[in-house]
Amino acid sequence: MNLFHFISDFFSNGAHWQGYDGIPTRVGEHIQYTVQALGIAALIALPVGLVTGHYGRGGNALAFIAVAGRALPTFGLLVLMTLLVGFGMVNVMTPLVILAVPPILVTTYEAMQSVDPSPVDAARGMGMGEFGVLFQVEVPAALPLILSGLRSAAIQIVSTATIAAYVALGGLGRYIVDGLYQRNYEKVVGGATLVAGLALVTLAIFWAAGRFAVSPGVRRRA
Amino acid sequence: MIRIDSVTKRYPDGTVAVDRLSLEIPDRSITVLVGPSGCGKTTTLRMINRMVEPSEGTILLDGVDIQQQPVNTLRRSMGYVIQNAGLFQHRTILDNIATVPRMLGWGKEKSRARARELMERVGLDGALAKRYPYQLSGGQQQRVGVARALAADPPVLLMDEPFSAVDPVVRKGLQDELLRIQEELGKTIVFVTHDIDEAVKLGTMVAVMRTGGHLAQFAPPAELLSHPADAFVEDFLGADRGIRRLSFFPAAGLELLTAPVVPIDATAEQIAAHDTTDAPYLLVTDPDGKPLGWSEPQDLTAGDIKAEELLPCGRPFVPGTDSLRAALDCAVLSPTGWAVAVDADGGRVTGVVSQQTIAEAIRGAHAEGREDDGRPEGPADMKVAG
Amino acid sequence: MNWDRFFDIPSDLQHSWFGLIGLHLREALLPVLAGLVISLPLAQLCVRFRWLYPPVLWVTTVLYAVPSLAFFVLLIDYTGQTELTVMIPLTVYSLVVLVPAIVDGVRTVPQETLAAAKAMGFGPVRRYVQVQLPIAVPAIIAGLRVATVSSISLVSVGALIGNQGALGNMINDANIYNRPELALNAVLTMAVLAILADGALVAVRLLLTPWMPRRTSRRTTRKADRPDPAAAALEDAVR
Repeated sequence: MNLFHFISDFFSNGAHWQGYDGIPTRVGEHIQYTVQALGIAALIALPVGLVTGHYGRGGNALAFIAVAGRALPTFGLLVLMTLLVGFGMVNVMTPLVILAVPPILVTTYEAMQSVDPSPVDAARGMGMGEFGVLFQVEVPAALPLILSGLRSAAIQIVSTATIAAYVALGGLGRYIVDGLYQRNYEKVVGGATLVAGLALVTLAIFWAAGRFAVSPGVRRRA
Repeated sequence: MIRIDSVTKRYPDGTVAVDRLSLEIPDRSITVLVGPSGCGKTTTLRMINRMVEPSEGTILLDGVDIQQQPVNTLRRSMGYVIQNAGLFQHRTILDNIATVPRMLGWGKEKSRARARELMERVGLDGALAKRYPYQLSGGQQQRVGVARALAADPPVLLMDEPFSAVDPVVRKGLQDELLRIQEELGKTIVFVTHDIDEAVKLGTMVAVMRTGGHLAQFAPPAELLSHPADAFVEDFLGADRGIRRLSFFPAAGLELLTAPVVPIDATAEQIAAHDTTDAPYLLVTDPDGKPLGWSEPQDLTAGDIKAEELLPCGRPFVPGTDSLRAALDCAVLSPTGWAVAVDADGGRVTGVVSQQTIAEAIRGAHAEGREDDGRPEGPADMKVAG
Repeated sequence: MNWDRFFDIPSDLQHSWFGLIGLHLREALLPVLAGLVISLPLAQLCVRFRWLYPPVLWVTTVLYAVPSLAFFVLLIDYTGQTELTVMIPLTVYSLVVLVPAIVDGVRTVPQETLAAAKAMGFGPVRRYVQVQLPIAVPAIIAGLRVATVSSISLVSVGALIGNQGALGNMINDANIYNRPELALNAVLTMAVLAILADGALVAVRLLLTPWMPRRTSRRTTRKADRPDPAAAALEDAVR
């Protein structure tokens, strides 16, 4: 068996490029799941990480939440929710969000904690309000690490969103799950390649976001 | 004027950082808080801009309790400089300096123009404006810190060990720069340091604090050196406070001898005319009158004096601006025991003086100092460089 | 949900509940151990030859992005529907976390400390074993914690390739027989196993590093004694 042979077969097959099971559709679905799950996870974890990190309290509680979040098996959660609630997006989103929250939470907290305290002291001494201290001094300095937490969460979601296919939803997992039942390795390899490619694209996006959003004064030190 | 009125800071765990401290900080001068670590000097400073709230007592700014106004309004009216500068690494030098003006609602252009003006004032090259803090040396960063604190032209400047993290040479430059800026701007500066030399050099008034947050002595530096209040202050001032105190007496009054000075092209008569009972050595100068070196008269041959065979004369002092301490230092370092005095602009020899003469001047100055006892303004309130 | 049948394990799983737990721990922990054994020398090579580190990071990251299910399926051809098929990908995933953790941990050893050890006549091997490794222990353990917890969770996916998922097989059966209590049992058991394993690793770290400060109270001193210096670096591991 030749991996590259499978890959080229998969991508050169015209039938794989169109229809509801075509590559564009599946990639689109996969991106949709990823963006949704990452968005929800960030909405939960970023504010909590920023606030706890800013006040320097609750680190131990956060560490426990992170461990608990990681400890819940994504696959098991997916099946359990499907059995209890029936098929639907909530079943997929819940495990993915639980998967993504710990890295964002822990990294954001650590990022805020590792901000040099002296500019913060200087900012307060100059009469900057707490809001200003948080968003004008701490966040810009912590941004590289915060972004790396988001990036790590995004990669994990991209890779894990494949499980949506197990509960009859779409995304790139479709090729892997269908391939598995049809004993069609070409499909499995093709799906896996697409997921890995999407992960690389995600890395590139975060790299670009870092170039754009992080001040050169901070980037140099990081 | 800032008035600290029996202020105590007690932490929840029971430690007392500052204990019933009362202090009147005079306007338009540098007041230094100095003491060993844990003496509460930084806590005192941070209570003035309410970074720390006192447990008891009040602090008045121009007669008004600082609790009267919103805390951030108070802080924006005071410059704040800390150790390591605390610059915002994500902002350019210019934007760092413009921080407070921007907070006060000045326009962007006006704030930046002001920032540029301040860069010049603190001795920073304008080319650094677009750089980021990591691209600057420690000394330059600290200058930015001072400029940032001065940006909104606050009447009060709080400085918390601003120069302790830089090396001694850079520190001396920063201290001189601060004195120069202070001469131009006349701010009310409260300056915290653990370095007694820095306190003596910069302070118009020096408050020595001891562990537990007690005030040990509050006096002008010259008085501190001449009359330490107790054994703690004396110990803190160090073993050579007598020598250091000489910094406060000008060398201008020293009686200089011109007789033992001869030019390099001196005639045999000029050399022979020298009376060795006055001074055993002759100082040879170049045709411009600048010092070349010492020699015993019998070793000099008229018309054939070789500069390289003379004894080195070491560093000279300038009587108009230097202190007795500088004069004594020159004499001690000189191989002949005589100090060379030169004029400020040309470096031409104006005379020589012996250790003995300097010692007599010191005795005279001390006697004068004792007569002044009891006056709050000590002797030689005017400070002399060096 | 039928609570009476919470511990009623279907006979097709061919194991008791405790049997499944034992199986699960073996399938989850052996890969982490293997990962540690591989990553220690690999990390040391990356520290020695700096140019090696970026490519190693890239390769492990790309492998990490391959979904576990796809990985399992691709391996069936070589290793069959066996435990090994599940454990090989888990070993690879643990490398992604462990290699950066160890590299960063070893690199955080201050140069002065190494210079002092060298000056005292420590050879390279002794320096590594007696100085670098012990100081890197907190970082290594932090890496092991993440790797172990995610490994325990990932084993369950093995259920999809012919019942190689230990406790995960209960999830598959729950789906087939429509018995949610079985899935709940599996999820909770795995979560508890993961938390216990995590706690055990924390205990090991406390035993191995009596020199680390325990409590952090004031914000000003926070840099000196953060509980897990490597945690941030770890989340950053998956680049």
